[in-house]
Amino acid sequence: MAKKEESVKLLGFWISPFSRRVEMALKLKGVPYEYLEEDLPKKSTLLLELNPVHKKVPVLVHNDKLLSESHVILEYIDQTWNNNPILPHDPYEKAMVRFWAKFVDEQILPVGFMPLVKAEKGIDVAIEEIREMLMFLEKEVTGKDFFGGKTIGFLDMVAGSMIPFCLARAWECMGIDMTPEDTFPELNRWIKNLNEVEIVRECIPPKEKHIERMKKIIERAKSTF
Amino acid sequence: MAEKDQVKLLGIWASPFSRRVEMALKHKGIPYEYVEEILENKSPLLLALNPIHKKVPVLVHNGKTILESHVILEYIDETWPHNPILPQDPYERSKARFFAKLVDEQIMNVGFFSMAKADEKGREVLAEQARELIMYLEKELVGKDYFGGKTVGFLDFVAGSLIPFCLERGWEGIGLEVITEEKFPEFKKWVKNLEKVEIVKDCVPPREKHVEHMNYMAERVRSS
Repeated sequence: MAKKEESVKLLGFWISPFSRRVEMALKLKGVPYEYLEEDLPKKSTLLLELNPVHKKVPVLVHNDKLLSESHVILEYIDQTWNNNPILPHDPYEKAMVRFWAKFVDEQILPVGFMPLVKAEKGIDVAIEEIREMLMFLEKEVTGKDFFGGKTIGFLDMVAGSMIPFCLARAWECMGIDMTPEDTFPELNRWIKNLNEVEIVRECIPPKEKHIERMKKIIERAKSTF
Repeated sequence: MAEKDQVKLLGIWASPFSRRVEMALKHKGIPYEYVEEILENKSPLLLALNPIHKKVPVLVHNGKTILESHVILEYIDETWPHNPILPQDPYERSKARFFAKLVDEQIMNVGFFSMAKADEKGREVLAEQARELIMYLEKELVGKDYFGGKTVGFLDFVAGSLIPFCLERGWEGIGLEVITEEKFPEFKKWVKNLEKVEIVKDCVPPREKHVEHMNYMAERVRSS
């Protein structure tokens, strides 16, 4: 579906779940793109030009159009390249996917990292809060290979990039077994399934390098207020 | 549109999030039952339908529950496609979504949550930050009657319910003028246009009561 002079560029950061999930969507649809690595926290002039509002990755440049915010980008990709849809067709199913995607980024992320590092109410309380949130996802994925059903979709990309391939690496650094098999059999099964999908494997930060970096991130986080 | 379409909306009179859903339903002429919730005394129905967030708005359509105002607006637009509220073009649609997030996340945080906890000097700083953010909206409005072009749409409902008909009332209550005619002529023109749209007028909280309410909400933030 690419026109002759179609140009797609993605500004991303190898460790950012937000840019990784956009890569998953582009690969799923077979959209050729040029990837530009941002070396965060140092921000390039290009990034500041392309995303003056938030100065964040990911930024998608499609021909002369600039897009930012990962959920907005994913929806744009799905509407622009119609093959291999990542959102369900049914409005209610679509609404559910959007709701849970917001839940991952707006509810799970805020409790999934900093509160563990700071452990103001004690680490066990922080862990329990995270597990309560994850239990909602456990129920959502019950009886399915992926959140998207038989194949990966929007929510798999959002939750996958954020939880097993980002937060879980932080949890591993901190020596926390957040999702034991006996309490989260469905999520664990989902993660195994994800690991077998080629485009997911291609879009996740390499584990050792990621854990090394996570250690530094955790150290830095501990020293901030 | 099924004959027995049943639409129920749980909302709060002062909530910009539920008001914007009402705007969309009225814009599309969808009959609905409105259930007024009380912030300090949430009904068992609300708690059952939204156990995760315990918040309004909640839309119930033929037994299906939809939460989160942006998700609800998109659902309404897809389920009742006449009088569309989102642009057809994917890029224009993305811009509407992007700015809607800017309104509800950055502008809301600076203009309400941070503002509530700040002292007088802090408020001036935050007002400046809010102006910088609202300037993006000012630019979007150049040459248009509404964000949606010639008619109201998604971003008009989101930004309209939150800024002129909610945050500005809060700022009025603390004697702060954030959006001036001089710096924001397009924005002011847009608000005047909005005030003439019947469905918007129907869905705006009564002013005096609202200004008082915003002071109360700021107090709640400070004491939490």
